[in-house]
Amino acid sequence: MSDLIASNVDMTFTMPSGEQVHALKDVSFTLKEGELLSVLGPSGCGKTTLLNLIAGFLRPTGGNFELNGAEIDGPGVERGMVFQQGALFEWLTVAENVDFGLRMKKSPKAVNKKKVDEWLEIVGLQGFGDTPTYQLSGGMQQRVALARCLINDPDVILMDEPLGALDALTREKMQSLVLKIWKETGKTIMIITHSVEEALLLGERLFVMAPRPGRLHKEYKLPFAEWGLQQDLRDVKKHDEFGRVREEILTMIWNMEEEIMGKSA
Amino acid sequence: MSEIFQSPRGIFIGALFIVLIITLLWAIRFGRRLAKTEVTDLVFGNPQKAMGGYHWVVSGVATVLLLWLYFSWDAARAFFPNAGNELCQVAKVESAVIPMRTTFPFEERLLRGTTLLNRDATQLEILRNQIDSDRTDDAQKAQLLPILERLKALQTGLASPESVAPETVTALEAIAARVDAVAVKLDAAELSEEQLAAVADAKANQHGWGQGSPEIPDDPVTERGAIFAAVAPELTQISSDFVKVRNTNPAFLEEVAALDAEIKAIPKDEKVVSDFGKQLNKMLKRIDDGAVFPPGVLAPVEKSLANLHEVQLDKKGSLNWIDSIAMPGGRILAGNTACSEQGSGRWLPKPSDTVATFARLANPNIGFKNIPLLSIKQKPLAEMVGFLVPDWIADLVPGAYPRHDENGNIGENLKSKVLNIATGNFPSVSVPVPTGHIWDSIMRVLAGLFFGIILGVPLGLLMGLSRLAKGFFDPLIELYRPVPPLAWAPLILTIFGIQDDGKIFLLFMVAFAIMVISARTGATGTQLSKIHASHSLGASRWQILRNVILPNSLPEILTGIRISIGVCWGTLVAAEMLAGTTGVGFVENVARKQSDYEIIWITIIILGLLGLLFDLIMRWVINKTIPWRGKG
Repeated sequence: MSDLIASNVDMTFTMPSGEQVHALKDVSFTLKEGELLSVLGPSGCGKTTLLNLIAGFLRPTGGNFELNGAEIDGPGVERGMVFQQGALFEWLTVAENVDFGLRMKKSPKAVNKKKVDEWLEIVGLQGFGDTPTYQLSGGMQQRVALARCLINDPDVILMDEPLGALDALTREKMQSLVLKIWKETGKTIMIITHSVEEALLLGERLFVMAPRPGRLHKEYKLPFAEWGLQQDLRDVKKHDEFGRVREEILTMIWNMEEEIMGKSA
Repeated sequence: MSEIFQSPRGIFIGALFIVLIITLLWAIRFGRRLAKTEVTDLVFGNPQKAMGGYHWVVSGVATVLLLWLYFSWDAARAFFPNAGNELCQVAKVESAVIPMRTTFPFEERLLRGTTLLNRDATQLEILRNQIDSDRTDDAQKAQLLPILERLKALQTGLASPESVAPETVTALEAIAARVDAVAVKLDAAELSEEQLAAVADAKANQHGWGQGSPEIPDDPVTERGAIFAAVAPELTQISSDFVKVRNTNPAFLEEVAALDAEIKAIPKDEKVVSDFGKQLNKMLKRIDDGAVFPPGVLAPVEKSLANLHEVQLDKKGSLNWIDSIAMPGGRILAGNTACSEQGSGRWLPKPSDTVATFARLANPNIGFKNIPLLSIKQKPLAEMVGFLVPDWIADLVPGAYPRHDENGNIGENLKSKVLNIATGNFPSVSVPVPTGHIWDSIMRVLAGLFFGIILGVPLGLLMGLSRLAKGFFDPLIELYRPVPPLAWAPLILTIFGIQDDGKIFLLFMVAFAIMVISARTGATGTQLSKIHASHSLGASRWQILRNVILPNSLPEILTGIRISIGVCWGTLVAAEMLAGTTGVGFVENVARKQSDYEIIWITIIILGLLGLLFDLIMRWVINKTIPWRGKG
């Protein structure tokens, strides 16, 4: 029942100058419970707009989203979000950050503490509870952001280029962590990224979006996430099939970019 | 030099001066050595190079103290406690000969006669050009111009040695001889038994330099001083005789009378001509002074004065360099009643005097205007309750206040009892509370700041989040904020009174605007992703405000408080100067009216230290509360 359904979503921004920007056009899809979806596309194709709509920060100008049979109207705790820069509260410690959602719900402190410890262990930050977040590295900050989101037990996890700001090594570790969490919790996860490799690794399904107006261009069903759970991510990347799909998508996006350049020239 | 360190204060200051010099030299040497041995970054512009260096702090402090001791003449007074008195006697001689010396080019560039001739010639030339214009007709010119020519001839005639009357020459020679006689007397440096006894008496009974009033005691306490004091009255007499000598002779006086008659004959019915007549008369009155002499006639007096000056310098001896080196930036002048320090010795108070005055003011039993600077006072608790509890609470109690009965007795009921409590009218224990000028100033700042924060921060946050609030309140705040707080002061103090209310309201206005703007900047600067995150984590609006926007604005708010304290402090002092009966600004203002430089400097130092204290506290608070600032 807890599928995420987008039906004919349309989003048009009106600029202060009166100019209309068509960010999304007629987007429809169904994301089943426990699916791992990655969304890829050239810049300006409306990826982040799509995510903000699902999160409820924006209201679509046409169509609607449904989750658990109810229309999405405003932000909600059942749709957890992880941002590119973590968006941690730097005045709080790691534990207090992870604890944030529970405190807002006013759940009992003793229960919170136990949950926080559990989640810090899952994301590999045990012992860092009292550390101020600004003393953590970028990768550790993203682990805190993951734990802070997951502790609320959301139905859907929305990730907006969560690993974009990390270095290559940390990034790979974090990709494994995301896969592990997906497997262990069985959550529906939607990841937005501009890295083709990451989209392939972290997506059972993959949407490639096209710009002007933003729309779903092509959908892939991919085996790599499942593989990634069993073997090393680097081995997955070496696979011929992985290389073939990567080249196909890269060419597709390259052509889109060319088209945009041609249009604007 | 034998009288070095006469008083304990002198010993202390002298020792301090020497210790400071040694400290300064040590710190410089230490710093130079360190710079040589330390492995340093070769690159110019690396800010790391400015770190540390406490020996330079030591040398900076030592330099400031040395400069203060030196320019305030405190060091000079410690090392040469009699120099003030001796220089006072010299000053008496100097001021006695000033009327004579200004006639000659000693301190001036030109002989006074030269200056006068120059000035009068210029003015006669201007007058001639005015007369010789189309403002007068030919007949008038024919009447006025010859008078002008004769005035000029009369003036220049004074410069000719032939025109000088023999009596004048004799009088000037007599003056020169009298000056010479004084010089001989000064050179001989002999004192009578009486004068020696007077010196001994003054030495025994008169207070020292800076140890009473007047600051520099008048009677000579050394023989050297007494020699100068002895000749001063005679020189004063010679000076007054000298200025009476005029360059006049019968022919000159005759011509003056003739010109006077002709000028009086100028018709007064026509305005232009009568105006010129007045001007010609003015010139005549200047010239008939006879203040211009041929240079040769004055030469003997000039020579005698120069000689006297030589003798004076010779007799001053070591005082010459004490005067010029140990007492910089001014000198000691002899007035009509007493000698006084002039220049930096006057307006820069001596550290030792400043400390003594501060010790006197700090004594709570003396204080300033019967109010201590800072002290603890026993105050009944009731008074504070009365201050804190508003009186109108009693009005809310049902019923009526009791009225007096026919015997004049006043009963009590609940309402009147509540009123008694609200007005603080009940017996209670006394508790110690701080009091005094400094405390009053601090409390005013803190009260203004308190109201500024509790009203300004919420409004600022609201303005950062709501278009309505921003648009509505922005004009109000932006219209009153740019006005300098002191420009508001006369109005606010008139409306709210010169007591604490007015000042606190003024400070509230200052702090309020700053707090609104900083809280607003803080709220506006919240990253959207943090707001989004907290929404996704299930926070309500109030929770986001309380847990995200407020902490995120804290750096700006605390910076705002820090700025507010600084501005409030400055405004308060000025407001206290305008009106009031307590406070550090009030003390300084009264001291200003009395030209009491020591108290002025003490208040300046107190204000500086308190400002520094406030700032240090705020820095500490900032470091403790927002170590995460700028690291999000």
